[in-house]
Formats: sequence, C-alpha cells, structure tokens
Amino acid sequence: MSDPADLTISAAGALLRSGDLSAVELLEAVLRRASMTEAILHAFLTIDSAGASAAAAAADEAFAAGDDLGHLHGIPIALKDNMVTRGIETTCSSQILSGYIPPYDATVVERLKAAGAVIVGKTNMDEFAMGSSTENSAYGATRNPWDPDRVPGGSSGGSAAAVSAGSALAALGSDTGGSIRQPASLTGVVGMKPTYGLVSRYGLVAFASSLDQIGPLTRTVDDAVTVFEAIAGHDPSDATSYPGPVPDVRTALDGGVAGLRVGVVRELWGEGTDPEVAAVCRRAVDLLADAGALVSEVSLPSLEYALSAYYLIAPAECSSNLARFDGVRYGLRRAGSTVEEMMASSRHDGLGPEVTRRVLLGTYALSAGYYDAFYGQAQKVRTLVIRDFAAAYGDVDVLISPVSPTTAFKIGERTDDPLAMYLSDVCTIPSNLAGDPGISVPVGLDSGGLPIGLQVLAPALGEAVLFRVAKAVESLAGSDARPALATSEGAA
Amino acid sequence: MSAYDVVIGIETHVELRTASKMFCGCPVDFTAEPNTAVCPVCLGLPGALPVPNARAVEWTIALGSALGCDIAAESVFHRKNYFYADLPKNYQISQFDLPLCSDGKLDVEVDGVPTVVGITRVHMEEDTGKSTHMGAGGRITGSEGSLVDFNRSGVPLVEVVSEPDIKTPEQARAYATELREIVLSLGISDARLEEGSMRFDANISLRPPGQQELGVKVEVKNMNSLRSLQRALAYEIERQTKRLDADEPIEQATRHWEEESRRTAPGRSKEESSDYRYLREPDLIPVAVSRETIEAVGSGLPELPAARRSRYREMGLDFEAARLVSAGEGLGGLLEAAVAEGAGAASVANWLTGDVMAQIRSLGTPVEETPLTGARLAELVAMVDGGELSATAAKDVLAGVMAGEGEPRQIAEERDLMQITDSGFIEEAVDRVLAEHPDEVERLRGGDGRLTGFLVGMVMKATGGKADPRQVSEMIRSRAGA
Repeated sequence: MSDPADLTISAAGALLRSGDLSAVELLEAVLRRASMTEAILHAFLTIDSAGASAAAAAADEAFAAGDDLGHLHGIPIALKDNMVTRGIETTCSSQILSGYIPPYDATVVERLKAAGAVIVGKTNMDEFAMGSSTENSAYGATRNPWDPDRVPGGSSGGSAAAVSAGSALAALGSDTGGSIRQPASLTGVVGMKPTYGLVSRYGLVAFASSLDQIGPLTRTVDDAVTVFEAIAGHDPSDATSYPGPVPDVRTALDGGVAGLRVGVVRELWGEGTDPEVAAVCRRAVDLLADAGALVSEVSLPSLEYALSAYYLIAPAECSSNLARFDGVRYGLRRAGSTVEEMMASSRHDGLGPEVTRRVLLGTYALSAGYYDAFYGQAQKVRTLVIRDFAAAYGDVDVLISPVSPTTAFKIGERTDDPLAMYLSDVCTIPSNLAGDPGISVPVGLDSGGLPIGLQVLAPALGEAVLFRVAKAVESLAGSDARPALATSEGAA
Repeated sequence: MSAYDVVIGIETHVELRTASKMFCGCPVDFTAEPNTAVCPVCLGLPGALPVPNARAVEWTIALGSALGCDIAAESVFHRKNYFYADLPKNYQISQFDLPLCSDGKLDVEVDGVPTVVGITRVHMEEDTGKSTHMGAGGRITGSEGSLVDFNRSGVPLVEVVSEPDIKTPEQARAYATELREIVLSLGISDARLEEGSMRFDANISLRPPGQQELGVKVEVKNMNSLRSLQRALAYEIERQTKRLDADEPIEQATRHWEEESRRTAPGRSKEESSDYRYLREPDLIPVAVSRETIEAVGSGLPELPAARRSRYREMGLDFEAARLVSAGEGLGGLLEAAVAEGAGAASVANWLTGDVMAQIRSLGTPVEETPLTGARLAELVAMVDGGELSATAAKDVLAGVMAGEGEPRQIAEERDLMQITDSGFIEEAVDRVLAEHPDEVERLRGGDGRLTGFLVGMVMKATGGKADPRQVSEMIRSRAGA
C-alpha cells in the first residue's frame, strides 16, 4: 500500500470502513509526513499531536462500535490559524496574538469535530490573512512543496502546503481576495471559496468581513465537495449567514459539461498573464469544448477596476476589524504611561508591516473628507462588478480564467513591491467583491514543473454547477503530478 | 434671562432592560460580579460576531412610535470607530445615516405654555464597559491603573436626538421629564438618572436676537438628575452670556457639569476632535421591519402620559394632581381602582399626592409592593368623607394599611380612631363642657368668637378626639345661642 498520507479523503474513508486502515494509522502517517517536511516547509504553526491522537483513537472506537459519523470521520484536517480553536493557540501569524488561547471553537471547527474529523493543527498564513505568499507571517514564511525556494501563495499558504505535501488530507483556508484559490493553484491542490454566507464566519478572525469566506483545500474535487458539505449551512451566530438550504452539490456532480455554457473572461487573461499559464489554461478550456461545453468569450468591463476597489474596501474594513487588538484584554501588551500610549506601542510592536500598511490605508480611506472619494467610490465599483457578473451569468453557466497570472514565484521576489504582490490576486478578487463562489483546479505544470490552476466561477449559490464543471475539468485536464517533497522518497 | 437667543438640543441615552444584551445572549445584569456577564461577543474576542436582539429592535420601534416618528422599513447599523479601553472592539455598533426611527415630536408644557420639540431620530446602539480608575480620586489622569468591567458592554441603548427647539432650561427639564415618563410608561427601561440608565447630554449655543446663524455649540454632559440638567443649562447660559457681553469667544467644547460646585468645567480636548470614520457594519444585515410589525407595535402601545393626564383632568383632577398621579409609579393604577370602587377622583388624588407619596418616600418601596389597594384607598376616603374618620386619624390608618395591618375600618376600630357620630353622646359632652365653663360661655355669648375654638377643644378632649369637630362647633354655637 502506498503511504496513507497521500490518500484522498474518499480513498482513506473506504479503507477506514473496510478495516484495512485505522484512523490512528492514518494520523500517524500524516504526522510522520509532517515531521519529515516541516523543517523545510513550515506549513504549521501548531501541531496538536495529543488532541489529534485522542480524536483518531476515538474515531477508531466509534467505527468499532458501528457509530459512523460520515465522510470526514477519522480524517486528518488542518486549520488555518485564523479560525479560533478552544484551548489551542490561535495567532493569525501575528505577534499581537502570540500566546492567545481562545475560549471557544469557531463554528466550522465545531462542525468538523461533530463530523468526527481529526484536527491536526493550525497552519501558517500571511499575518491576519493579508498577503499572497505567506511571507507576511510573524513566525517565518512557508515554502512551496514543489520547490522550497518558492512561495506557496497566500494567505492560506500553510493550509495549501500541508495538503500538497501530505501533512493533512484536507485543510480549511479563508478567502478574502483569493487566499484559498491562489495558494491552491500555486501548490497544485483544489481550493474552493463558497458563496458569501454559506459557511459561517463565527470564529474566523475577521480581515474584511464583507469579503471573508472559509472554504476547503483538498487533493480532489470530490474531497472539496465532502468538506464543503460538512462546513456549509446556516449559523444563527453569524447574522450574514445564508438562512436558506445549502445547494445540493452531489446529485449532478458527475453530470459533465456537455451542453453547459462556459464563458471565458476576457479581462482575466490579460497582458500580465504568463504565456505558459495562459496556454495550459487554454488547453483545459479546449478539452471542455471537446467534451461538449458551449465555450464563448465574455467581457466584464468593470473588472478593470476591481483590484483598486478591493484595495480600498478590504483595508477599510480591516482598519476597523483590527482595532480590537490593543493589548487591553489579550495578546501582546507593551507598557505605556497612558492607556493610549499602551495601545499605540502594543499595536506598533504587535502588527507587522503589511498589516500596518493596510490599517493606515483603510483609516485614511474612511476619514472625513476622503470617504466619498475613496471608500464610497469603491463601493460603487463593487456594485458595478456585481452587475457585470449578473449580466454575464444571464448568458453563461460558469466563467473560466486562470487563478493566478503566474506560477509560484521565488521567496523574496515580491516582498519589496506590494503592488506586484497585490496583482497576484487580480483574477480571484472579483468574485469576492460579488460574493460568488469560485474554485481552483490543478490543470498541469509549467515548463519548470510548477503547478497551474484553472479557475471556475459560478453565480451565488451556484455551487452545484461550480463543482460539476470543476470535476469535469479535473477528469479531462487534471494533473496527477505530486510535489517532490510529498513523495516518501523525496521527503526522506 | 439672557439677552441672547438660546438654542438647546438634547441627546438622550436610554438603557433598555431587555433580558439579554444588544448583540449577544449575555444577561443584562448590573448586580453580577465584574466580568461575569460576558462572552466572546461582548468582550470583543477575535472571531466573535454580533446578532441583533429582536426585542431591543421592537422596543426602539415602540419608543419611536410613541414619539410620532417614521419607522424605517430598512435601517442600517454602522460602526463608530474610536479607541477607548472600555470599548472592547474599539468601535461601537450604532446607527448613522439610516436610523430605525426619525422625524417625530414631543409636546412639553412649562407654566401652562406648550412647546413642540422635534425629534430628529431614535436609534439603537450598544453600551460600553465601565472603567474604574484607581487612586487619583477616580479620575484617569494620575491614576495608578484602571480596571474595566465589561458586564455593561453590549447592553442595548436607545439614543433619542431632539431638534434644537428648546429655548430655556425649564423647557429642557420639561422635555427630559416627559421623555422619561414615556419611557417608563412603555416599560422599556428603569430610566434611573442617578444610576445612568437614562442619560442626558445637552448642546447649547447662544446668538444675538435676530441672527440667523447659530452660535458656537457647547456640549454639556454628566447631569445625573433632572434638576442638574436645568441647573447646568442655566449656568451655561449665564457663563456664555457673560463671555459674549465681554466680546470673548465661546470655545466649541464638551463641558462636564460638576454637581458640588454647581458649574461646568471643560472636558479633555481630545474628545472633541474625533473622526469616527463611520463604516456600515459588515457583520450585520440591514434591519428589516415589516409594515405589520410597525402597525402591531403602534397599536399595542400603552396609554401615554399626555393622554393619561388629560383623562385624569377629565376625571376632575387639577393640572398638578394629574401630572403627579400620572408620573408617580403605580399611582395612576390606584386612582383608577379607587374610583372604580366608587371613590371621588379628586379626593383620591389628594390622598395620593399627599400622604401616599410621603409614605412611599419614607418606606422606600414602590407602591405596588405595599398592601395599599384601590379598594382600601376607596374605603379610607369614604370614611373621611362620611365623617367617620378625622383627617388626622386617617393618616394613622393609612400608615397602618401600608404597614400591612389590615383593612382601614378594622385598623380604625382597633386603634379606637372612629369618630363618634352619635349626637346623643356628643350632646352630653357639650352640655358638660358648657356647664363647667360658665365664664367662657358668657364671653362667647358676648360675641367673642375665639372662644368657640377653646370650647371645641375641650369637647374633643372629653370625647378622646373621636367627635367630628365641625359637628361639635355647630352644637356649641346653637346651645350657647351665639
């Protein structure tokens, strides 16, 4: 048998139920993989071996007693460190939350635990989810399992690297402007951002509340469906949670693309797109057309302004969301002779440069006299983006683009150029502004052997068609390649 | 009075006494140990999210309706951003340009002169925690440290903003009094000024008569009684008048009323330069209120103080009695119950505004918690009006009733306070007194009316105070032939 750390959730589930594999053995394989790769990758901030072992043992007992909680029962899953976990340090990769132990579990954590999942640990990220490379972590960067000199993308880079390397069978990430899809693309895994409101944000440390959404990172589309089903659904603790039923994503999952209308978004294949990325993605689209999809090119003119609008809206919300980190009640505190001084120096020392930049940007954008020109204007653009998407979805069922204009870039390559870094998310940001779902599916490698992801977008609550097309992409154009660091051989 | 036109607007904060807080399930409990009525939401812990309290929304609609406001079908929460140690998120969830209620009015009356005060808006927000500064006399400056209790954090607040329609400190007080009575009649708050469950901030400016442009605005805070609201504004008018007369500028500032020295003092200048960077609260969706809800809340409103007062006046109470009975907690219920038992409204009101209020004050308990009922009050009034009980004796009987000793008649009999109306017994006493005081009787016959009082007193003494003095007086005059 191959190393259980490389199994998909569905394959592992079958073995757990046939008795050929125990949850404890599966966890041990995953922890062994982590112990071999972490020194290089640094995907995790915390590995909860004790808690995970107890959960795996409990899963085995439950299986023995015939008490099966479903697909995720006994499956090792990692959590991005911006989802609060009762009793386990949650830092958002920030100094300001160093040592912070939350007294409660996020709703998604409760749901995973209720589904019998085994929580492996907390993954590294860009501080407070601000970044596209996981270099903005106060605890050191995460590296890409495909090439340790390169970034895994971000901000959910730790989750992406862990799944890619086999240190977890699945992980949760959060996506505010592409933070699930872009690292998924750069590490060759599936990453999915649900419709805004389908997954509870209760217990997700907020970056930009109107854009943040939790979603799965997995090795296959099937696995993404499984995790999505476990975490989606109304939560009365989140007032922005969608109160209606979760779309049925399983019934039509294998329906294929014949007859579906697929729109190729002109604005997202622009000049900045690496030709190799464009070519690999184009090939995937051609395969869809061969399979009967009705492919056409569509234009969403407002997307030209989406990035600018995003970099006003997200910082504005972040400036308010992050105000609570003041050293008064928890986290890092620096002394001061007045309470204002104490707050100011705690924040100065506790928040990193990118977070500080965005807090300042957002504070400025919301200030009296500037609000209308910046934040107000950005909200208008957001409305236009929503309209453009709505119009496009009148003509097509899904939209297609690359996830990232480039494959994984070198560590340090963009750290001195925030604007170049911001452009990493140009293809993913529009659907956050619209609140629509999106998914990244691996479709091949560039000439340097680095993974490339194709993005499928669907209208709000269009998860059924989103997963269906994603699964077709996976089966028609998917890549079976695994990163060097993930193979037992390479890791040893 | 000032030679200038005075312009006053009042912002009122009312703490709602809902079972739970504005955005979480924690109890609203001011008696709990510090930081025990708290949860991740009202502590502003990372990841926690607010969920609005439907009851608080309903009560705000009720207050808005009582003030004749338009109720918005859709209103929006905003974040008011500022850093303060007892504000756990460092923003307060409040409402900004789309409040729940707007454009109402409140009728007030000072010395019989009515004024209409416009209500700009009535909106919802959350309260902050409470800081206690150690040392330095409780002030933050120079203190050794500060403790924060977050039990109050997230308690629902309603803010009522008036138009600048108020022209005198007396009108300000009348406005505040009336608003408080409306809040009490709706049962949505304890409205205790001294405990801060109802707080008034006043904006005041002066301008020369005829000038269109408003003068420089001063915000006055920290008035914890209706009287101090009136005094603080009177002080500010005097202070600003002197400055304007002397051609000195008025600084736009927040000033704090200091009760002991009876003056206002400038607050910290930092409080004035705030830019709250209002942001539509992205964690909440707009508050949608259906037409049915608005109508149901409107039609379910209890009788409001103004209507109750005019009904009491129609029952025969004078203006002041109607005001006092309407405003006093539980007094209106007693009046109505006693009248239903057949008592005269004016007599009952006299008792309520006099001895009953005095007794409640000295007992320190709400009237509902005493054994006094409408039926007992009606019986007491009937006994006095029927001459069975003297007014003085009735006071003792009332005290007995309120102390739980039983029914008025039973108490009067037990204490031997019933007046004797048996004229034979009184005649006998009068005859005996007249026989014992021949000189005085002679002088009375001679026209010295003062002696009636003396002789009545002697008879009252002889009867142990149980005779009706009027009856005795009449009898003496007729016997003496005076």
